[in-house]
Amino acid sequence: MDRIPILRMGHFLLVTIQIDLYDRLATNLESDLVQMVNKTGARGVLIDISALSIVDSFMGRILGNIGSMSKIMDAETVVVGMQPAVAITLIELGLELKGVSTALNVERGMELLQAKIGSDEGELIDEDEDSAE
Amino acid sequence: MKMKIVLNKDSMQIEREQDVVPFRNRVREYAIKIGMGVVNQTKLITAASELVRNMLKYAGGGMVLIEAISEGRDNGIRLTFLDHGPGIPDISQAMKDGYSSGKSLGIGLPGTKRLVNEFDIKSAIGEGTTVSIIKWKNG
Repeated sequence: MDRIPILRMGHFLLVTIQIDLYDRLATNLESDLVQMVNKTGARGVLIDISALSIVDSFMGRILGNIGSMSKIMDAETVVVGMQPAVAITLIELGLELKGVSTALNVERGMELLQAKIGSDEGELIDEDEDSAE
Repeated sequence: MKMKIVLNKDSMQIEREQDVVPFRNRVREYAIKIGMGVVNQTKLITAASELVRNMLKYAGGGMVLIEAISEGRDNGIRLTFLDHGPGIPDISQAMKDGYSSGKSLGIGLPGTKRLVNEFDIKSAIGEGTTVSIIKWKNG
């Protein structure tokens, strides 16, 4: 498998990282996500890393890049599901994941994204989608 | 002084970035075998990942020795990273927080050192670098 699937859910993109990423896969994900944000006009990106057993500085940089790139494309990024051991290790390593919001789980991540993009805009996009269906 | 006894060992050649994940998995197997807890495992594997990436970036690869060791009542994992790269001109500078000669985040060696119990680095210009780390099971 050479691609991490990106799911579209309303005006959000959802990515679940299920395996330890080797570098090519991670950089592919970075560019795929930015292109998907552009193509779909998504307002938010939710990345679930609950299956990741480690996040090193390379992976941290990828997550940070996705956050900054999406921000430029007018989309917010939330990383959810970080394992406690990973959080402890990241802080001791000195990696702060700047520019990326985090939430405990997917549900809270969705709430955070909703809050970030503002409810009024969310409704507008919802209406658009209803009419399209 | 207590002696460090090697219980089990293995070596891996690292040549490409695709070698990083299998190497991390091997380190995890070793850590699980000695009963290391999840937090220490995560710290060890993250440190290993940082060092192996350094080795690929600065020296184009090298060899890693993975050892399960014992010292008195302590069990631990020792990893030795050997490369024949350009070497590090100023180790004390490389060990300072915020220093990085590459394009990384500048957390490199000092961040990695914080994750393990013992950290030893030797480098000779034009000959290569050897980094050795130990994470004790209960460290």
